[in-house]
Amino acid sequence: METVKMKSGEFLVKDIDAKEIFIPEEFNEEQRMIAQTCRDFMDAEVFPNLDKIDKGDRELMKGILHKAAELGMLGIAVPEEYNGFGQDFVTQMLVAETTGAGYSFSVAYMCHCGIGTMPILYYGNNEQRLRYVSRLATGELIGSYCLTEPGAGSDANSGKTNARLSEDGKHYILNGQKMWITNGGFADTQVVFAKIDNDRILSAFIVESNWPGVVIGPDEHKMGIKGSSTTQIYYNDVKVPVENMLGARGEGFRIALSILHMGRMKLGANVIGAAKQTITDAVRYANERKQFGVLISTFGAIKHKLAQMVIKAYAQESAIYRVSKDVDNLINQYKSEGCDHGRAGIDGISHYAVEDAILKVWGSEMLDFVVDEGVQIHGGMGYSAEMNIDRGYRDSRINRIFEGTNEINRLLVVESATKRAMKGEYDLFGPAKELYENLDNITDGQVAGESYFDQKKRYMKNFKKAIMIMIHATMEKLGKKYMAEQEVVNNLANMIMELYMVESMALRIEKLESINGTRDVYRDMLNVFTYDTAYLIRKNARDAIYSITEGKEADALIKAIKNLTHVEGVNTMAARRRIADRLIEDNEYKF
Amino acid sequence: MKILVCISNVPDTTTKVKFTDNNTKFDSTGVQWVINPWDELALTRALELKDNPASGVKGVTVAHVGPATSEPTIRKALAIGADDAIRVNFEPTEAYQVAAQLAEVIKNEPFDIILCGIESSDYNGSTVGSMLAEFLNAPSVSAVSGLNVENGEATITRDIDGGKETVSVPKPFVAIVQKGIAKEPRIAAMRGIMQARTKQIKVVEPVSVSPLTELIEFEPPKPRAKCIFVDAENPKQLIELLQNEAKVI
Repeated sequence: METVKMKSGEFLVKDIDAKEIFIPEEFNEEQRMIAQTCRDFMDAEVFPNLDKIDKGDRELMKGILHKAAELGMLGIAVPEEYNGFGQDFVTQMLVAETTGAGYSFSVAYMCHCGIGTMPILYYGNNEQRLRYVSRLATGELIGSYCLTEPGAGSDANSGKTNARLSEDGKHYILNGQKMWITNGGFADTQVVFAKIDNDRILSAFIVESNWPGVVIGPDEHKMGIKGSSTTQIYYNDVKVPVENMLGARGEGFRIALSILHMGRMKLGANVIGAAKQTITDAVRYANERKQFGVLISTFGAIKHKLAQMVIKAYAQESAIYRVSKDVDNLINQYKSEGCDHGRAGIDGISHYAVEDAILKVWGSEMLDFVVDEGVQIHGGMGYSAEMNIDRGYRDSRINRIFEGTNEINRLLVVESATKRAMKGEYDLFGPAKELYENLDNITDGQVAGESYFDQKKRYMKNFKKAIMIMIHATMEKLGKKYMAEQEVVNNLANMIMELYMVESMALRIEKLESINGTRDVYRDMLNVFTYDTAYLIRKNARDAIYSITEGKEADALIKAIKNLTHVEGVNTMAARRRIADRLIEDNEYKF
Repeated sequence: MKILVCISNVPDTTTKVKFTDNNTKFDSTGVQWVINPWDELALTRALELKDNPASGVKGVTVAHVGPATSEPTIRKALAIGADDAIRVNFEPTEAYQVAAQLAEVIKNEPFDIILCGIESSDYNGSTVGSMLAEFLNAPSVSAVSGLNVENGEATITRDIDGGKETVSVPKPFVAIVQKGIAKEPRIAAMRGIMQARTKQIKVVEPVSVSPLTELIEFEPPKPRAKCIFVDAENPKQLIELLQNEAKVI
């Protein structure tokens, strides 16, 4: 069993050897075959039906989910004893990535396999798992998840849906209203959150859609993911058998938050599939469209866009599989300590709270960038609803909203990282204080003759120091209420996110070179991305510094940050052109 | 009754083909390998027959001539539903060697029906099936678009110019199959992928077979010539281009 290499948030203070991380080039034969099955399925059942799916045909979507079930695609994360295939987290993420290219289908599929099924697997007792998970894994049942209410969005625990025990003690009587329920129109089961009597904290229940008193609303008209059924659901004196309470009374809020951690991770993988698909669509169009007598893919402005799209997708991919392996290692550790399979799974995922928030925010913004530039490359045709790029553009937008808005998640990046340090999980504040007290001595640490990757490692160390200094300065200046100054917290979150992305890319490329030898185009990507990241870290630090202090103190901080974000100049034009040229030659995303 | 499906390991059909070593070697860098599409259709039909109890087909084996690096493709065939596989550990340079190696396999382990794709999507040789039948001294039927087996008897439909013909053929025989033989290729299901872990790939050592042909070089297609638009008002330019560039007048 591989040991846990890095705890959540520890990357802020600890360096890791490239050979210790997992990279997507290391997928085994079986994992590649599973991904191919997902791709073949999408080619056969999803892509030919995109227009029909987007017309909101509930039966069609349900039928496609059933076809996915025939291939076993609904049971990938479910253990074999519940009719599934018990695949590890890395494989689950690979499947999430591959199916992420499926527009509305991707949402319906991920809802079913993730938030529709996994809460019962993770928190259900054996009877509940046998009764529901076994049938969800085979597609006999389709699942959904009912948390949001008209007055309870990001503040999930403020929901009004109520459950009270019946006089005979056999049922909870459920009343209330839920909204934005994915798969609501055709799901057979619902994981519903409600407060029992006057409880402060939510409890969770498994509800069957055909029970008396469950009323499903019509599908919402949405900006995108139009083929995904999204409804309101009303509960009017619904009798829920007491044995259908999920977990313990009052455990619902914890369940809801844990499941959000899983959802964020999987969203982080989903967006990679969508981004790769969009990049392929964009480069193919650029390789066909002529203006001024030449293909538009020969223009520098288009190459710039294509290269940026590739770099960002590649960074997200590097980060997602790095953390996925960390999750698997932790799950295996919990299991070896005797933890129940379900709890080991969700505790392993939830532990990486810093990373899942990063991957959700950065990934959803990466995809929004990619689809936006995708539309731009398509020019006027990009604005036509006849092109897939239009669908991709509209469908992308929700990713910044669901699974916790990006605003909430930016706060969570910082809150989770600092809380873990406060708990003593890693020493952030000690080195941060030391750096802060010696700002005048901080240099960029450059040494003569350092190797390519030694230079990159030095940059990463410097970025970490910059972040530690800024965390210390923020807490020093704002005191215990530092989380209330959200703009500054956003600056810190942005710095942390950029670090995780660029470090993941650097580690991946270093490991890749140790296997395949030097590949210049990957170094081009890393050079450009490091150069851009240094600027972004510096910009966010400056914004934060001038928000919390001024005068000589600000000057000293600015000078230290300048040194710590100093990187060698890069001919980004030439590097981006080389990256784009490779994409243009391949005519599809093949990095 | 047992069916053998001969499969080739070919570059994915979207691969951009490049050559190295003075155009004498295929550049396999970054290439994704797949089952030859026609062989995959053959495999699909074999599995459809096995699924039908009335056919009497009890087992489907795949055979491949190639190095260990082609095992992911064989494993894919097992995941799709083949019961077991045989790999002849040999890197052939041409079809004659493939047919000779496959013939040795079949001589040692007889099959009732041997299916080959009508061509492979890499070298388009279209000769393995008929050569194999000759080695086995067995009948071969080409351009097969339909294969039915009932109570052990095979009926074959062939595409001919302007129509179809139906023939019966005694076993063992080689059927060289084309499009229409089966519905869409099957997608490997999760259960199949997991079962493929434990299915056997028997590796056999090759017999000595010298090639009959020798490759001299590959020649990639020439890039498409540039299209020049000439303004209708400017026939002089057209004449000049035809004289000096195209040199046709």
